[in-house]
Amino acid sequence: MIRNMVTDLQKGNTSIVVKDLVKRFDDVTALDGLTLEIKPGELFGLLGPNGAGKTTLINILAGIADPTEGSVEVAGFSMPGQSGDVRELIGVCPQDTAVYDYLTGRENVELFGALHAMPSRDVRKNTDDLLERLSLSGDADRRVGKFSGGMRRRINLIMALVHDPQIAFLDEPTVAMDPQSRRAVWDFIRSLRDRGKTIILTTHYMEEAEELCDRVGIIDNGKLIATGSPDDLKKQNGSEDLEGVFITLTGRSIREGI
Amino acid sequence: MDRRRLFALAMKDLKRMVREPGSLFMFILFPAVLTLVFGLSFGGIGGGGQTSFDVAYVNLDQGGAWGGYLLGNLSSLEIFKLEEYPDNRSAWEDLEKGDLQAVIIIPENFGSSVASYWAAPGDPSSWRNTSLSLSIDAGSMTAIQTIPPIVQQVMETSIFGEGPKPRPITIGSPSLVQSREFSLYDFFVPGLFAYGVIFIVMEVGQSMTIDRERGLLRRIRTTPTTSSEYILGHTMSNMCIAFVQVILIFTMALLMGYSPLGGTPSLMMAFVIVVTFSLCCVGFGLITASVAKTSGSATGLAFIFILPMMFLGTFMGFALSPGMQAASRAVPSWWVTDALTSMFLRGLSPTSPAVLQNLAVVAAWSIASLLLGIAVYERFGRD
Repeated sequence: MIRNMVTDLQKGNTSIVVKDLVKRFDDVTALDGLTLEIKPGELFGLLGPNGAGKTTLINILAGIADPTEGSVEVAGFSMPGQSGDVRELIGVCPQDTAVYDYLTGRENVELFGALHAMPSRDVRKNTDDLLERLSLSGDADRRVGKFSGGMRRRINLIMALVHDPQIAFLDEPTVAMDPQSRRAVWDFIRSLRDRGKTIILTTHYMEEAEELCDRVGIIDNGKLIATGSPDDLKKQNGSEDLEGVFITLTGRSIREGI
Repeated sequence: MDRRRLFALAMKDLKRMVREPGSLFMFILFPAVLTLVFGLSFGGIGGGGQTSFDVAYVNLDQGGAWGGYLLGNLSSLEIFKLEEYPDNRSAWEDLEKGDLQAVIIIPENFGSSVASYWAAPGDPSSWRNTSLSLSIDAGSMTAIQTIPPIVQQVMETSIFGEGPKPRPITIGSPSLVQSREFSLYDFFVPGLFAYGVIFIVMEVGQSMTIDRERGLLRRIRTTPTTSSEYILGHTMSNMCIAFVQVILIFTMALLMGYSPLGGTPSLMMAFVIVVTFSLCCVGFGLITASVAKTSGSATGLAFIFILPMMFLGTFMGFALSPGMQAASRAVPSWWVTDALTSMFLRGLSPTSPAVLQNLAVVAAWSIASLLLGIAVYERFGRD
């Protein structure tokens, strides 16, 4: 299956296809007829205020939530029916830090390497490499329960990527980080893109999307209201930045929704 | 099933057990402490606060006052309550009943042996060698550890003093005598094994709900890990915990003077039965974790399973009314305690029909609860 996926990517097939996606929770519609295509190797940003539906979309793409209506394909696999195949290819960094406090940073990362059935040698190599790149080597053997908020978020990110996934879903990976840590994570995400990974990044930081993303999709109230490169969207809407684009499209600041 | 995943998940849970003080106390230290407290209160060491040993002696010495001299020195120690018996047989009978902790038999040639030593302290070839017989209650680990060195020391200091070594008199390897009477503690101990393990229900319930509350369960579900692997990881770690509990409880019980009948085969069968029972508790824990939405409510809900098993099927069981004793067969822990009681207290073979029937019932409970637990977890517990 992994070989097929790589073949698809090499052929330039669309990596993620979402058509008319609807997700309802009782009487709340979280996603409302969303249609989206993301190409292999693309760093795609999902922008929108909290509650817009970004995390719900990530959960459906990652196979931990089922769509109410519509169709979803990830790397040619239909979701949710082939979610088992998709899990072999993806890495998911959840918005809320999900780590084991009683394990050390290294143990948390190595656990998720093992859950992806990686050989021990590769787990250790990747763990050391990622800890080094995100400046956590010195603290790797301390329990995560003693970590600062920023360190926890960086471990949270490394746990998603230790198995070197083809597709990474990064749900607000830099929220609540200090500027220095955020810059380090941005550099790291750029390096992933340079290695041909497909990355779906949700954020409500407009400067983050402008800095990193090849294309962005703006979601509001469960609908995709615009897609394009940051420059194209700014030109189309006569705005100097993406914040202005959001105001033009919705009539309010993205911060009002946070 | 991928063994790397299973091993990683099981190790993760075991690290939680060791590193979180609450878990360590509840599942490892508490059963051991309980065994210790019960031992002190009701067991061989305890025995109502025993600070001395009842020791019988039979003085066969016909060679002067040396035997009486030794006994006089022993009786001056507060730790020994010496009582003279007319013959070996009556002393042994009381030892076997558990009324005594030791029997000392001073041989006929004791006095002449001492005399031969002092006649020529530097000439061992002229000595009349002999051996002092010492028998000790095998049920009291404290007596086994305490009495021989004290007798040896008293004999050295009171009879031979600073004289040159070696000596013509040795204390024969203590023979251990199995008492046929049991203390209250002997009745408690089989139930302590089941008592320790039933808290696995709470451990599984709590750890799974904590994983869910903290988003870890969702996170694991984004990996190729299957529900079966996640559950089996928990099962493996809790089987290890049950194994450690058995070792700890058994060790503590032995130190407290517990004297089980049956040897290594009975102990091995006890391991099998208790570890099998831990699977049953994992199943109940799965049901708990699936129904409870928070770790706090999991703690409360776990007692729905724990309390009946505790009151009806552990060390409390033998104090129940006849009606409740009949009802107690409805809980799986009763079959565990009954099996261990059969082997350790009644002396039944581990392959006897009664013990095998106990094992079969525990295994049936475990399979049923695990299957039900997995089904309930798949239906309600994953989100």
